Amino acid sequence: MAEPPGLIEARELTKRFGDKVAVDNLSFNVEPGRVTGFLGPNGAGKSTTMRLITGLDRPDGGTATIGGLAYSQLSKPLTRVGALLEARSLHPGRSARNHLLFLAQTQDIPAKRVDEVLDLVGLREVAGKRAGGFSLGMTQRLGIAAAMLGDPPVLLLDEPGNGLDPEGIRWVRNFMRQLAGEGRTVLVSSHLMSEMAVTADHLVVIGLGKLIADCSTEEFIERSSERSVLVRTPGSARLRELIAGAGGTVQGDDGPDGLIVTGMPAPRIGELAASASLVLHELTPRLPSLEEAFMELTAGSVEFGKTESGTAGSSPAGTP
Amino acid sequence: MTAGVVTAEWTKIRSVRSTMWSLLAFVVVAIGFSALVATVISNTWNDPGSHPNHVELVTDPTAVLFGAGFGFGQLAMCVLGVIVISSEYSTGAIRSSILAVPRRLPMLAAKSLVFALLDLVVSAVTVFAVFFITTAILRSHVSITLSQPGITRACIGGILYLTVLGLFALAIGGLIRHTAGAIATVIALVLVIPPLIGLIPGTIANHIHGYLPTVAGTLIGQSSQQPADVLSPWQGFAVFCAWTAVLLVACGYLLIRRDA
Repeated sequence: MAEPPGLIEARELTKRFGDKVAVDNLSFNVEPGRVTGFLGPNGAGKSTTMRLITGLDRPDGGTATIGGLAYSQLSKPLTRVGALLEARSLHPGRSARNHLLFLAQTQDIPAKRVDEVLDLVGLREVAGKRAGGFSLGMTQRLGIAAAMLGDPPVLLLDEPGNGLDPEGIRWVRNFMRQLAGEGRTVLVSSHLMSEMAVTADHLVVIGLGKLIADCSTEEFIERSSERSVLVRTPGSARLRELIAGAGGTVQGDDGPDGLIVTGMPAPRIGELAASASLVLHELTPRLPSLEEAFMELTAGSVEFGKTESGTAGSSPAGTP
Repeated sequence: MTAGVVTAEWTKIRSVRSTMWSLLAFVVVAIGFSALVATVISNTWNDPGSHPNHVELVTDPTAVLFGAGFGFGQLAMCVLGVIVISSEYSTGAIRSSILAVPRRLPMLAAKSLVFALLDLVVSAVTVFAVFFITTAILRSHVSITLSQPGITRACIGGILYLTVLGLFALAIGGLIRHTAGAIATVIALVLVIPPLIGLIPGTIANHIHGYLPTVAGTLIGQSSQQPADVLSPWQGFAVFCAWTAVLLVACGYLLIRRDA
């Protein structure tokens, strides 16, 4: 059966640099039509994984395919996959236009496409200037132009927001959402959780080269941490006793920040307070932020699947 | 290797300034030094002690005409050969190149072809320019023409030597990947090691010396066989081509094997 051209499949990818295992038996799929965030702390192996997918590095084990083919087997690969890896992947003495022109020539892409992508990223004005004089943000835009040169169905973007100003970051975010909306596969790595929370539909999270989670962004936040409830009440000492007596756990002191209750849903806390005629000023269920979820999950890089058994009601990792 | 990949390599080589500067250095140094030596020989023609020059101008004219200019000028071509490939690694451009041509070997083949053709054309123009300029300077003392035995072959040989030398440097640049290290290695192989081995007495050392890449390679630029030569001009050129081919194959093998 032919694979969809936009499907990226990593199977048991492993890469070692000397004694260090950078990518450890990593398997995941990246589906078309959505933005997949590739998350992990620095040194988690995100960039190495992207280099393995694009064939810049050889894996020590496992395979990575795009539409069923290894990157090196693709003919005219830039028309199949657009990749923005390290921003400094160009000769600083060469003009932006000539950089894109030689890439276009290798794929038999007409030269007018070079001007189209220069317009797309807003570099037309400086196209004849040496790329070495560009700011990091401009270099990043040039990298995005190179990735879009072949109008590919698959995009791999390694930290595309690096060096961009807030306006540029918003532009990249909208651009990625637009590309995914057109049915393309978009895999974007980032260590900025807040950015991924508003950009990615799906997350592949790795730590120390291992898969930690492969699920929707919502699911990741939900299942990664216990829900908690913020409670503010003038009778906090009494409520504390009641909650503890009913099997809940209370964190925080009686100060203005209120009590953080875990292990007990908000309605049950309300009932307990009512039974003792306690006044509640606030009763707010809280979801952890993506950032908190991420920090919790990558601390020590525990594999998500192994802690899964304790979490009721969620599907196994990796099967959406 | 498709036409597009070859065109792309031409775009790459023409779109960086170092190419133009290296070629300019080659032409200026080759013509300048050759003309200088010819002028000095001409002006001191009747001085006592200049007799060896006269003998060599008869026995091996191109060695005198080409020796100084191309002896130095060839280094500029070596530098260009190295940086054509090593600059891709030092700048990170290699990642873009390999993403575009992930099979890698077509890129190396196209790069070698484009650089060899550029080297060939520039060398041809320069060799004949040096020949006509130096013979014009010496015309009042000695007549050297292309129709004399070995002269045309030596001129064409000089062009072929410079072309293969460029590929020799390119292969070393691709093997070592660091510009400074590769240039130092090429200069050691071209300029430093041959005279050092030449100092060792004995037949074995003499044969080793004769088979060194550039020692063998430059034979084809001589207009006549010299007593100390181990190889004939075409044999020497074949040995030089073999060295270069082995290095290019190693370069291609490691290009595929190594992470980019």
